[in-house]
Amino acid sequence: MTEERKKSIDPAALEMLERAAGFSTMFSRADEMKPCNFGAEGSCCRACAMGPCRLATTKDGKEKRGVCGATLATVAARNFARQVAIGSAAHSDHGRNVAKTFLAAAKGEAAGYEIKDVGKLNWLAGFMEIPTEGRTVQEIAIDVGEKALAGFGKQDDTPHVFVKAAPKKRQEIWEKYNVFPRGVDREIIELLHSSHAGNDQDAEHITTHLVRACLADGWGGSMTATHLQDILFGTPKPLTAEANLGVLKEDEVNVVIHGHEPLLSEKIVDAASDPELIKYAESKGAKGINLSGVCCTANEVLMRRGVNSAGNVLQAELAIMTGVVDAMVVDVQCVFQGIESVTSKYHTKLVTTNERMRITGATHMQFEEHNAEENARAIIKMAIDNYKNRKGEIHIPQYKSPLVAGFSNEYIRYMLGGKLRASFRPLNDAIISGRIQGAAAIVGCNNPRTVHDESIMYLVKEFIKNNVLVVTTGCAAIAAGKHGYMQPEMMEQAGEGLREICEAVGIPPVLHLGSCVDNSRVLTILTEVVNEGGLGEDISDLPAIGIAPEWYSEKALTIAIYAVASGASVIFGGVGSPVKSSKEVTRLITEGYEEKFGARFDFIPDKEGIFAAAMDHIHKKRKALGIDKQQERVLFDMEMRRELSV
Amino acid sequence: MSKIIATAAIRGAHETVDLAEAKIKEAIDSKGPSHEVAFPNTGYFLPVIYALTGEKVEKVSDMEKILKIAKDLLPEEPADKLWLPYLGNTLDAGIATLFGAEMIMALRYIGIGDPPVNDLYLGAADDVIMRARGVEFVDGSAPGFAAVVGAAPTNEEAVAIARELQGKNLYIFMAGSTNGRCIADQLAEEGVQLGWETRLVPFDPHVYGQIYSVGFATRAAMSFGGVQPGDYKRTLSYNKNRIFAFVMALGEVDPIKYAAAAGAISYGFPTIADTDIPEILPTGVCTYEHVVSNVPRDKIVQKSIEVRGLKIKVDKIDIPVAYSAAFEGERIRKDDLYIEFGGSKTECFEFLSMKDMEEVEDGKIEVIGPQVADMPEKSRLPLAVVVDVAGRKMQKDFEPILERQLHHMVNGAEGVMHIGQRDTAWIRIGKKAVEKGFSLADFGKIFHAKLMSDFPAIVDKVQVKIITDQEQVSALMPEARKAYAERDERVAGLTDNSVDIFYSCTLCQSFAPKHVCIISPQRLGLCGAYNWLDGKASYEINPTGPNQPVDKGALIDEEKGEWIGINEYLAKATQGNVEKLYAYSIMENPMTSCGCFEAIVAHLPLMDMETGDIRSGFMVVNRDYPGMTPFGMSFSTMAGLVGGGVQTPGLMGIGKYYVTSEKFVSADGGFARLVWLPKDLKEALRPLLEKQCERIGDPSFLDKVGDETVATTMEELAVFLKSVNHPVMQMDPLM
Repeated sequence: MTEERKKSIDPAALEMLERAAGFSTMFSRADEMKPCNFGAEGSCCRACAMGPCRLATTKDGKEKRGVCGATLATVAARNFARQVAIGSAAHSDHGRNVAKTFLAAAKGEAAGYEIKDVGKLNWLAGFMEIPTEGRTVQEIAIDVGEKALAGFGKQDDTPHVFVKAAPKKRQEIWEKYNVFPRGVDREIIELLHSSHAGNDQDAEHITTHLVRACLADGWGGSMTATHLQDILFGTPKPLTAEANLGVLKEDEVNVVIHGHEPLLSEKIVDAASDPELIKYAESKGAKGINLSGVCCTANEVLMRRGVNSAGNVLQAELAIMTGVVDAMVVDVQCVFQGIESVTSKYHTKLVTTNERMRITGATHMQFEEHNAEENARAIIKMAIDNYKNRKGEIHIPQYKSPLVAGFSNEYIRYMLGGKLRASFRPLNDAIISGRIQGAAAIVGCNNPRTVHDESIMYLVKEFIKNNVLVVTTGCAAIAAGKHGYMQPEMMEQAGEGLREICEAVGIPPVLHLGSCVDNSRVLTILTEVVNEGGLGEDISDLPAIGIAPEWYSEKALTIAIYAVASGASVIFGGVGSPVKSSKEVTRLITEGYEEKFGARFDFIPDKEGIFAAAMDHIHKKRKALGIDKQQERVLFDMEMRRELSV
Repeated sequence: MSKIIATAAIRGAHETVDLAEAKIKEAIDSKGPSHEVAFPNTGYFLPVIYALTGEKVEKVSDMEKILKIAKDLLPEEPADKLWLPYLGNTLDAGIATLFGAEMIMALRYIGIGDPPVNDLYLGAADDVIMRARGVEFVDGSAPGFAAVVGAAPTNEEAVAIARELQGKNLYIFMAGSTNGRCIADQLAEEGVQLGWETRLVPFDPHVYGQIYSVGFATRAAMSFGGVQPGDYKRTLSYNKNRIFAFVMALGEVDPIKYAAAAGAISYGFPTIADTDIPEILPTGVCTYEHVVSNVPRDKIVQKSIEVRGLKIKVDKIDIPVAYSAAFEGERIRKDDLYIEFGGSKTECFEFLSMKDMEEVEDGKIEVIGPQVADMPEKSRLPLAVVVDVAGRKMQKDFEPILERQLHHMVNGAEGVMHIGQRDTAWIRIGKKAVEKGFSLADFGKIFHAKLMSDFPAIVDKVQVKIITDQEQVSALMPEARKAYAERDERVAGLTDNSVDIFYSCTLCQSFAPKHVCIISPQRLGLCGAYNWLDGKASYEINPTGPNQPVDKGALIDEEKGEWIGINEYLAKATQGNVEKLYAYSIMENPMTSCGCFEAIVAHLPLMDMETGDIRSGFMVVNRDYPGMTPFGMSFSTMAGLVGGGVQTPGLMGIGKYYVTSEKFVSADGGFARLVWLPKDLKEALRPLLEKQCERIGDPSFLDKVGDETVATTMEELAVFLKSVNHPVMQMDPLM
């Protein structure tokens, strides 16, 4: 290593990394560990014990075959299928857990959980064709919970209950290619089965078939999680909070929650504000209990409870290095073992809480929905007790930014028309008039192999400057929040048209839609925009694009595929394509998907290239819709008014 | 910026709801919680509240619930920094303001607050006005309304704005003041005639009076659109897409005005201001921009129309005075009079007839006899208006239809008044019109321009003779009278059996999507404006228009008035809503109603107190009658049960002349079952009703029909009917 590469654009992260010199972090390990090219590009087949086979391509372009005769295309597609199956499993298992807790809460078997959003419960029941008339909230909730849970293990060949939420035209496409999701578990198992050695060995079929398990995530598992979490914990509406390591407080007990599920963390939020526990903290010399989060658990409790975010996924280690984190409580997904080695150097208690995720050396306190409150209080108490054990130098970087979060599709409808005129019409109008050129969903993770937050923030700034509304989820959302772009005042950084909309509605130019499971909200919003009218008949007609500039996880790949199969093109940045080794598979997920689903999945490493491609995509869609030119104002006479629906 | 508007509007909403709360408290303390509260003569309670929440406010204590709803809608003002989205909140605040304002204004009617009607201010429009005027919104003769708030800096500008709005055929609803003055005060000072007739309607000096504008629009949605109370979504989208109204803010805009404007935005009514207030330009809640400001007053009318998305067809007629339907209701009083014709003081008639193409020289206007300018002030002249029309598709049957339009055509000229028709015509020309140079030849210009533009399908050529020479007028009169008599005979000879084609009327389908009128020679449209000949002419004029020929097809039941062709047509035209029509029955498969019926027929079960038998009579009540009827309800309340395009056996909206038809509910016993009519209606229709009496062989029958002077309850009526030996007391009941 000749020169220290730039690791982050976040001053808080940089300050901590400077202090961490000598420590092993994800940033340093990324430098030390070169990725294996065969693995990275999808040409290594580990599907059986005849191999592993490395299907290198010779200099003259000849593709090797595996021992079994599998082509490079088969291997790359099959590896990809296994990745998205795991991504789908992760989100969907989260969804199942939520459904189980929901049902337990409905039955009164989960103390402390209750139905918070009865309006959404009734709406969802109506959508699921569950009668509501003359029934109690509990009766309805039990039916909703049972039906939602049944969506995972459903064995018949009919579509999953949420499929009909998609635009009609989209459902027809899924029907045509036989990819509509059925039971969520079934789709994942079916995909894993077909990826066994000696099974599906047609790359085109594999890349089409794997769509099914991905749609089972987006329109199944994830959507179940979002809807039921909203009913159980409240549908998000805007609130203020702060983001970045500066939210940690030296003189308070700091509890950082990390992972993805809000089930336990919701209860931890309650416990952290319990006067009795605050008093207990004070008795131990702390001024209070300061709760914050990293990664998507942070997003969940930020969206609904206004809990501050200490940072995104790469900042988990850095948070601990401040020396003030008395407990880090983790649930599932994206919680890296490296954290444990950092905690062991400080006083921080690392608490795992979920049977799916344990880390050697961590304290495990199993969370069950029936003991959630007790569990949460015990965790807070443990953190308080740990306050006195702080050791070594304490350093909190004084960087944090205020933000507005909490945009659910329900609230977006409301904010555009009030209680009585709620609709997406003003948004559609803004797109049609060109004030807003289109929408970019900047989502996904951080990856230590790219400069932390750099691509995300470059795109955020460029998009809003060019009148593209940005919606975000996951760690990308936290990045935008940390860098100040979720303040409504940031409309000044937006192009004139977008600024006018922000000003009229009172929103920041970047909207926080929640955690990565909440990408299902993006699907719902896109569908609502289509249904509102004037922008085509399907999601693939919309001037919208999904981008994960700094992705790392298999879940991200799954999200990308369900977005593409839903009609929204997706670009991934940073590290390369996991199917790069095969030209054929690359063609199948780009042009091939475009032919079938009207959307494509591209990997463009550099941020400038992503931006150019995204704007090009938006302009093409606008042109196809005929809204690339200024629209004439239509004046209505009586005849024309009679044509308007009332 | 919008945040300033949001902040002000939310503040204004809080002030309004707080004031409403104080007034309600005052009312409860001084009148008691069960004191009745209502706007005059309406079946829609506090209409905005009723439509948007479904709640009926009938007594003071009912307002407490609404107050709670309003408070729940009230948001906090946006923060200075790091504010949360405010558009949705502001619109909610606007709705809360409407609720608050409507309660404040309603309480004025029971003596809490300023008197609701004072000086030139008219207060709330009752249902009679709403229905009569609402029809103009339905058929497009009034394309919308301007809710004008505040005052212009000078009276001159105020008059100019009002005239320009009138010139666009718009209604102008005035409420709200700037520095204590309302535009209505300015117009009054300048001697401009105010009132529903001239479409310049002064509601109240306070901006809360604009709740009457919103209430008017809201009732239109419920009465014409069949929107159900509580269906706020349809109420608001109906208004956005049907009632093309806008707010014109003149002068300073304070928080309460902002709050009211926010309420209007939910209805799709944007605000256009002449002051430099912040703008909200993005579209979506309204059709186009929401708030446009700093518009120069000489451009504000044009800009308002554009912002609302209105296309208005304006007749450009080369005459020296303004021309618009809004001037139709203008009166020329004695002091303003320059010259008059007819009015039983001089001979005066209008006669339009069809000629061959070569007999008519298009555009030729002759004035024979003394001219207006030759005459001194306050003089009189005889007048003959002879209009010759030629057209390839012109028919004799269209002569009376076109001739009847001459009345409206003359009236549209500013400063000219027309009353009556044929040989009862009465025309006055005011001093101001003469000062501007209005002459008799201008009548010719108006007739030519309007006949050509309004009836292009049937009129190709028009020539006009205006005669004021006494000798010539007297000489032509008998010829005209002969033609009138021939026309009457021809119309009288038209019966349902003598024609194969009836006409549908879906003119109000834009407002009442489920209703279709079937117009036959013996049953005119329920609005009273269209008879069979009108339908026929309208179809010729516009073959794809609202009046379509309906082939009766095979007769199913002559007595009930059922034909295959009519049933089939209705099933299709109403999307299966009406599949069977008995044209002569009210009790079985009756005609549906929109909201613009002139009168209601209702079945009355009458108990013979001596025998205990129940008899079936019919009462008819017209919309001008405000009092109680034997049905136990006033017209307004009954109207709420009839509209919306639903068949409601026992209740039916009709054109009032249907009572004088042989086919008046003939399947159910007909005219002989008529038991009650308001006195004024009875007198207005007396000659025709007497003919009906003769036809049923009971010349004194009309005296047996009750009115409000003998009965306003069913019991009183039954006693009366028995005492006069009304035949209905011997007829079998219908149910």
